[in-house]
Amino acid sequence: MNRTTATARRVLEQLSHDRRSVAIIVVLPSILLVLFRYVFDGNQIVFDRVGPQMLGIFPFVVMFLVTSVTMVRERTSGTLERLMTTPLRRGELIGGYAIAFALAALVQSLVSSAVAIWWLDLGVESAWVVVLFAVVDALLGTALGLFFSAFARTEFQAVQFMPAVVIPQLLLCGLLAPRDKMADVLEWLSTVMPLTWATDAFTESLTTSGLNGAMWRDLAILVGCVVVAVAGASLTLRRRTP
Amino acid sequence: MLPGLDLQVATGTVTGLLGPSGCGKTTLIRCLAGVQIVESGEVSVLGAPAGTTVNRARVAYVTQASSVYPDLTVRQNLSYFAALHGADAAALEKSLADVGLADRADQLTADLSGGQRSRVSLAAALLADPDLLLLDEPTVGLDPVLRRDLWNLFGELAAQGRTLLVSSHVMDEAGRCDQVLLMREGQILAQTSPEDLLARTGADDLEDAFLRIAEGEAA
Repeated sequence: MNRTTATARRVLEQLSHDRRSVAIIVVLPSILLVLFRYVFDGNQIVFDRVGPQMLGIFPFVVMFLVTSVTMVRERTSGTLERLMTTPLRRGELIGGYAIAFALAALVQSLVSSAVAIWWLDLGVESAWVVVLFAVVDALLGTALGLFFSAFARTEFQAVQFMPAVVIPQLLLCGLLAPRDKMADVLEWLSTVMPLTWATDAFTESLTTSGLNGAMWRDLAILVGCVVVAVAGASLTLRRRTP
Repeated sequence: MLPGLDLQVATGTVTGLLGPSGCGKTTLIRCLAGVQIVESGEVSVLGAPAGTTVNRARVAYVTQASSVYPDLTVRQNLSYFAALHGADAAALEKSLADVGLADRADQLTADLSGGQRSRVSLAAALLADPDLLLLDEPTVGLDPVLRRDLWNLFGELAAQGRTLLVSSHVMDEAGRCDQVLLMREGQILAQTSPEDLLARTGADDLEDAFLRIAEGEAA
């Protein structure tokens, strides 16, 4: 077994000993979706219009938190320093984390998409497209979590990065107000935020079967952001520390 | 911090690194492991710069705090480190037996005592099959029986041709080493054998010799 898959297996084994976190990862987005759906019970149109985007945002937030806290724990417990004295390469470590949490994200997205489409009657054209973007969003959360964990010294700080990274994107992604109605500066900011493109893809999924050109562009941008964040995360890992 | 050190330790020996708390033992060991930012100059170990790929396969470092995953079982911890070092299942079982934890293999590491956890950490280092084993205070908090067993294990590892550098602030342990390095305020004061240390300081026992060195009376 190579060192990347060994790392992924180790991270999943750690997760499996923490039953409560597993439960939170798997069912929390679904519970939030159900809540969201019944808040707008008298107005199914609202849920139909923004439900798919929620399907992408919840996994993004949950995976950002889980990943950044796990990574900070690795740094503060001394195990990261130890790994740095073994033949494990930095890219292999980050890659292992990314694979482990991508698998967790896949399970999470399958559950939440199934709940949204079959129980809450979310009207999307192609279910697989929704699942695809939910997984990519979760992966984006993981990648940004890996990256931002480098700037947190404690788990407490890591948790507080969540609103700092997530809420501006939520406000500007086009979900609350159309982007073209925003002030120029805000519209420009929203353009460089990855969640904007995820939201765009989910909006398209309401009216498009399969992937259209705009969705391919969204997918490319999101995958690009994941790659950049993962590369950035492995650059912030220092073999030598004071 | 640690100017101009040139240390020679013979292959297949146990060297004790002794000195009071805060004298730079851990910093020196971290330099050798290649994880310490070195202000100026270079550190080379076994003929290669510390921390390079070739050295990371030959040098194993056991930190003072047990750096293994508390939320994994002992066996899961060791199988991860075995995979990183390319060690097989037989090596894993042997490392478990070497540190006396074979009967605890399926217990969660967090549920073990502090001494047991630090032995899990040591077992993980043994899986590296290292030429040089750096151990930072491996016997802290262990009862006398376990300490004796660990020192016997260190002797066996040296007999297999491995070189061990063991830091400690318990002077009795110097007697178990082939040679000792005495450190104070970032300087190596003496590199000598335990017997010579007694003769040199004129002390009655190693504890006393250590006190004389630590307080700067003999150097």
